[in-house]
Amino acid sequence: MSEVAERAATRAGARAEAGAGAGTPESAKTLARFLADLVAGRIRVIDLTETLEPGFPTIVLPPELGQCWPFRIEEISRYDERGPAWYWNNFSCGEHTGTHFDAPIHWVSGKELPNNTTDTIPVENFIAEACVLDCSRECGEDPDFLLTIDFVEAWEAEHGEIPPRAWVFMRTDWSKRRDPVAYLNMLEDGQHTPGPDEHVVPWLIERRDVLGFGTESVGTDAGQAIHFSQPFPCHYYMHRNNRYGLQCMTNLDLLPPRGAVILSAPLKIEQGSGSPTRVLALVPGPAPAE
Amino acid sequence: MTTPLPRPKRKDPIKRTRLPSLPPVPRSREALGLTAVAAEGRFALQRCEDCGRVQYPPRQLCGGCLSGALAWRDVPAGGTLVAGTTLHHSNDVYFRERLPWRLGLVGLDCGPAIVAHVMEDCRTGERVRMSVRLDRSGRAVMLAMPPGKEVPNMDDDLELRETTCHPRHRRVLVTNGKTPVGQALVRAMVAAGAREVYVGNPDAWHRSPELAALAELPEVTVFPLDVTDARSVHELAGRIGAKVEILVNNGYHLRPGGIRGRKDVNTPRAEMDIHYFGLLRLAAELGPVLRDRGADGPFGACAWVNVLSIWALVNNPTFATWSASLAAAHSLSQCLRTDLLEGGVKVVNVFPGPIEDEWQQLLPPPKLTPEALANAVVKALEDGVEDVYPGAVAQEIHARLRENPKEVERELSL
Repeated sequence: MSEVAERAATRAGARAEAGAGAGTPESAKTLARFLADLVAGRIRVIDLTETLEPGFPTIVLPPELGQCWPFRIEEISRYDERGPAWYWNNFSCGEHTGTHFDAPIHWVSGKELPNNTTDTIPVENFIAEACVLDCSRECGEDPDFLLTIDFVEAWEAEHGEIPPRAWVFMRTDWSKRRDPVAYLNMLEDGQHTPGPDEHVVPWLIERRDVLGFGTESVGTDAGQAIHFSQPFPCHYYMHRNNRYGLQCMTNLDLLPPRGAVILSAPLKIEQGSGSPTRVLALVPGPAPAE
Repeated sequence: MTTPLPRPKRKDPIKRTRLPSLPPVPRSREALGLTAVAAEGRFALQRCEDCGRVQYPPRQLCGGCLSGALAWRDVPAGGTLVAGTTLHHSNDVYFRERLPWRLGLVGLDCGPAIVAHVMEDCRTGERVRMSVRLDRSGRAVMLAMPPGKEVPNMDDDLELRETTCHPRHRRVLVTNGKTPVGQALVRAMVAAGAREVYVGNPDAWHRSPELAALAELPEVTVFPLDVTDARSVHELAGRIGAKVEILVNNGYHLRPGGIRGRKDVNTPRAEMDIHYFGLLRLAAELGPVLRDRGADGPFGACAWVNVLSIWALVNNPTFATWSASLAAAHSLSQCLRTDLLEGGVKVVNVFPGPIEDEWQQLLPPPKLTPEALANAVVKALEDGVEDVYPGAVAQEIHARLRENPKEVERELSL
């Protein structure tokens, strides 16, 4: 830790101690301790976000349907005749471009629900615990791997029951596929990427009351999910129950199975169905040695 | 037979790349009428509608009867080379750099006698075929050619080459190798003798066995290129911009539909982004280097081809927004033409009719195959024409647009 950070941590720690006096709510102490731990590096921040750049693949639909815009950027000025002392850009993209948040209104099953858009979702829901289910070995062997109830129960046997209002993140290491061809993995019979099966999604909602489901691939559903008896079960059930989605995430391999706190506030787009989102994870423990 | 040009050696990197010099530009307004003839590869002269006299050079009035009723009419191109000479001195920079230069007087069968550039294989006193061609300034010039088409190595004639853009020994960029037309273009360029063909690969996520097969050809290299992404165009220019001698812009995004039934402008915007802004991005990144390499050796930069559609010239309501995006591209290409002419680089616009293609599936035949369209592009380059209307439908629409554009517009609305 640098000298500056150490001094800041000491100050924050002192504030936490000072806040312990009578009349100070316990939560203030919690926040103060949190800040002290953050500054001291006892809580680390991990970026789960892909960089927004033109080459990052966007979901592909049949060409006669409407398409999500990829990320595009045009310079406004760069310390030049267009603006001598400043650099800035205009950019364009879809609500579902890059690492992004899915709001319930995204799916037809969630279109009538209250508070189902990016501007009306209660903001508390943008901070939650994540349970990270490591399916990376299975997905390495089978790109069509489906997460099942059995898999989740086996995970719970080791790590405890998924608490209510937590994210379930499916770690697949899909984000390590940097080649867009391998990432989208479109073959003649469609996309081949992992996701949850159609039974585990309602089970996670009804039995575990999860907040939502997060993935590393381009959608929360598996690539072949259009062929399930309930097509796109993650979209269908999660959004029907006013739950959320996160996809195109990276660095899930750096998260512990339990205990990571996820910050995932989408842009406050009016009636937005989702938005590119800077997804951050707060995890315990010092940074691993280089 | 024409003296063949050897395959170019690698350039001496110590030597300065010569700047393009241009043949004389000024023409009278009447003489510019000949540009339209040359742009399409026709042979037409002014003919008096009153007395029938064919005249050259172009004038405001008939030299025979002083009538103002002059019209550009296709006339027989045959004639006799009455006298020929070889120029060994000129005060004009362009000709100085190209001496010796053959000139001659041709007596045309249709009447006038014309001072013309003369190709190597034309003999004094013998038959020639006269043609009107665009020179490096984009101005019409008269060139006497051998009457038959079968002169060996004729394409290598030095005076002819000043008016053509033959792909042989040149390096060609085809911007979209994912479409059937793009793939046919690549094969046609290789068949025409292109030294290297660079092929753009948009939608990198999309596996294309056809493009993978093309990449097996020794002349072909595939590069990522998405013309909707300024950075992608910039990066391609950085990699191969200084090598491209012929650029074929064949971006293609067609979604049938007009104004009615559209709830949003996403599709029209995508069409515009590829056809109009795509051309603009390509022109900004690759235009200047192409222009500056117009005199880079005997196989320097020579042409920029835009594959458009006949519906760029008149809106087809079945493909209304697509037509509009191509009309925008066409308009911009006219500016690009002016820019590139400074380097003697030609902008060739191709206006095909319906083509055999997934997005034009329901159109009735006749439809152009991608191969036929690609061959038309190569032929346009070989012939040095500027505007090409491949296929029967395009030919007919073009002819009728010249006669009565309003009638075509109304008929298409039915």
